[in-house]
Amino acid sequence: MAVVALEKDYADKVEIRDRVENFHGNIVVYLHWEEHLSFCSAVAFPFPPSMPFGALLAEILPTYYGAHPDFAAIDWAAVRWTVDGNDVTPDPEKSLADHGVGHKSLIRFWTPGLHGYRGSFS
Amino acid sequence: MNAVAKLGLKQRYSLLTRGLDWEPSYQSKSAIYPYAEFEGIKIHDWSKWEDPFRLTMDAYWKFQAEKERKLYAVLDSFAQNNGQMGLTDARYVNAVKLFLTGVSPLEYQAHRGFAHVGRHIPGVGPRVAAQMQSLDELRHVQTQIHTLSHYNKFFDGLHEFPHMHDRVWYLSVPKSFFDDARTAGPFEYFIAIGFAFEYVLTNLLFVPFMSGAAYNGDLATVTFGFSAQSDESRHMTLGIEVIKFLLEQDPDNLPIVQKWVDKWFWRGHRVLGLVAMMMDYMLPKKIMSWREAWEIYFTEAGGSLFQDLSRYGLRVPKYADVATAEADHISHQNWAVFYQYTHAAGFHTWLPSAEEMDWLSEKYPTTFDKYYRPRFEMWGEMAKEGKRFYNNALPQLCTTCQIPMAYTEPGDPTTISFRHSHYKGDTYHFCSDGCKDIFDNEPEKYSQSWLPVHQIFQGNCGGASVEEVLKWYRLNLGADNLDQAGSPDQAQWDAWMEARRRVAG
Ligand SMILES: [Fe+2]
Ligand SMILES: [Fe+2]
Ligand SMILES: [Zn+2]
Repeated sequence: MAVVALEKDYADKVEIRDRVENFHGNIVVYLHWEEHLSFCSAVAFPFPPSMPFGALLAEILPTYYGAHPDFAAIDWAAVRWTVDGNDVTPDPEKSLADHGVGHKSLIRFWTPGLHGYRGSFS
Repeated sequence: MNAVAKLGLKQRYSLLTRGLDWEPSYQSKSAIYPYAEFEGIKIHDWSKWEDPFRLTMDAYWKFQAEKERKLYAVLDSFAQNNGQMGLTDARYVNAVKLFLTGVSPLEYQAHRGFAHVGRHIPGVGPRVAAQMQSLDELRHVQTQIHTLSHYNKFFDGLHEFPHMHDRVWYLSVPKSFFDDARTAGPFEYFIAIGFAFEYVLTNLLFVPFMSGAAYNGDLATVTFGFSAQSDESRHMTLGIEVIKFLLEQDPDNLPIVQKWVDKWFWRGHRVLGLVAMMMDYMLPKKIMSWREAWEIYFTEAGGSLFQDLSRYGLRVPKYADVATAEADHISHQNWAVFYQYTHAAGFHTWLPSAEEMDWLSEKYPTTFDKYYRPRFEMWGEMAKEGKRFYNNALPQLCTTCQIPMAYTEPGDPTTISFRHSHYKGDTYHFCSDGCKDIFDNEPEKYSQSWLPVHQIFQGNCGGASVEEVLKWYRLNLGADNLDQAGSPDQAQWDAWMEARRRVAG
C-alpha cells in the first residue's frame, strides 16, 4: 500500500532507526522463559553474533533468571528451544548466528515439568 | 456605537467566527491550506459544518478567567493549609507523579496539535473551534503544573517532568502516542484526538484521576478537574461533530475514517493501561475497578455511541472485543511490570496488602486468584527473605505502543502474545494484533520508532549501565525510584503522622 504522506518521496527518505549498523557490531536478541511470567516479558540484549550459545547458557541465563525458585530445578537436557519459531538444539560451542539467531531474533525456551511458582505460570 | 451593542447573539457569533474568513484573491486555496488534501478526505461544502457550540472569543476569555479565579483561590488555600496532609496516604502521591509526567505533557501536545489543525483546516467553523481547543489545552497544562507544583515542595519524582516525559522508557508510551497523532495529517489528528481520545476514551482517563483525587483527599486536583470540565464537554461535542461531518461529506471518507478509528481506539486503549494500573493498584482508597470503569465508559457508553454512528456505516473499532477481554488482565500485568522495574521508575511501587488482594479477587473473580495473586505472594515471600524481586535485564518493547511485551494471548493468560512483521529486511515485534495492524498499515512511520531499550543499546541514553541511563533521565536515585517502603517520601509522611498523633495527644 502506498504511503499516505505530504512529501511525495517520503518512503525513500525514511531512516530505519534500529538498523543493525547502529548497534556497534552487536545484534539485538530477545530471550524468553516460557511459563514464568513473573519475568513480565521477553528481555533484550545487545550480543555479538559470534557469541557462543554456551555463554548464553552459562552466564546470561543464571544472571538474569537465577532469582526464580524454579531455575535451579531446570533439567537442561530436556529444555525445548525455538529461534524465531523454529526448533533448535543448542550446541554450546557454536555461535548465536550458527543457531539462526539474527538481528532482533526471539529465543524462547520451555522447561518441562516447571510451570512457575505453585504451577501458576508466574 | 449603539448598533454594536444591539447585535443579537447569533449575529455576533457569525461575525466573530464565519465572518473572519475571506476568499483569497492572489493565492490559491491549496497553497494556503497545503495539508488539506493528501490524506484523501473529500470535503465538498464547508458551510455544512454545524458549529457544535456557539462561543466567541470575547465570551471565551470571560468564562475562562472566571474559572481560573476560582481555581487559584482553592490552590492558595490548599497550600496555606498544608493540603497534602489531608491525603489518605503517601502512596497516593505516586498517582500524581504518573499524571504530571505522563498526562500533563500530553495537554501541551494537544495544544500544539490543535493549533496546527486550527491553522490548516480549510473550513472556518472547525478552524475556530480547534483554535479554542488549542487554548484550552494550553490552559490545562498550565493549571495542572500550578496545581501539582505544591506536591513538588514535599515529594520526590516531580521535579523534572518535561525532561522525563521526553526520555524515560515508560513515558515514551504516552509521548509516542501523541507524537504519532501530531505527525499525522490534520484530519487524522482531528479523529485521533478529537474523536477517539476526547470522545470515546476521555472518561476513562479523567474520571479515574479526578475521582481518585476526590476519594483520596486531593482537593487541589479535584478543583482542577472541575475547572477543566466545561472545556472537556466542548471538546467532546467537537469530536463528535468532526466525525459526523466527515462521514456526511463523502462516502469515500468512510474507509479512511474507519481505519483511523480502529487505529486510535487501539492506541488509546494501550495508553489507558497506565490508568488501569493506577486505579487498581495505586489509589489507597479505590473508586471502582478498571474492569468496572471499562464496562461503564466503554462497553455501555461506547456501545450506544457506535450504535448511533452505524447509520453512517461506521462500525465498532476493530479489536474492541479483545480490549474488553483484556480488562480482566492489564492492570495486573502493568503493575507487575513496574514492580519488577521499580529501580528504573520515577515513582514508587509496593505489593498489594492482604485486604487489597481480597478486593482484587472480588473485582476480578476469574483471573486474580488464578494468575496474579500467586505472583504477588511469591514476590512477598522473596521480599521477606531479603530477596526483593527485580528484573535486571531490559524488556523487549512493542514497536507500536512501546510498552514492554507483557500482554498475554487473547484467551490464554499463561502465554505472552508475540506478533511480528518484516519490513525492508528487518523484523519488528508487537504485543498484539492491534499494534501489528497499525505497523503494517504504515511501516514507513513506525520503522522510525524511538524505542527506549534499543536507544540505550545504541549508546544514545547517557551510558550503558542502568545508573548512567537513570541519571540521563534525571532521576534522583534512591529517592525517586524503588519501593514506597523505605523511601524518603514515606519517611517524611510517617514523621508527619507521628507529629499529628502527638499533638492530638
Ligand atoms: Fe485537556
Ligand atoms: Fe480536552
Ligand atoms: Zn503494542
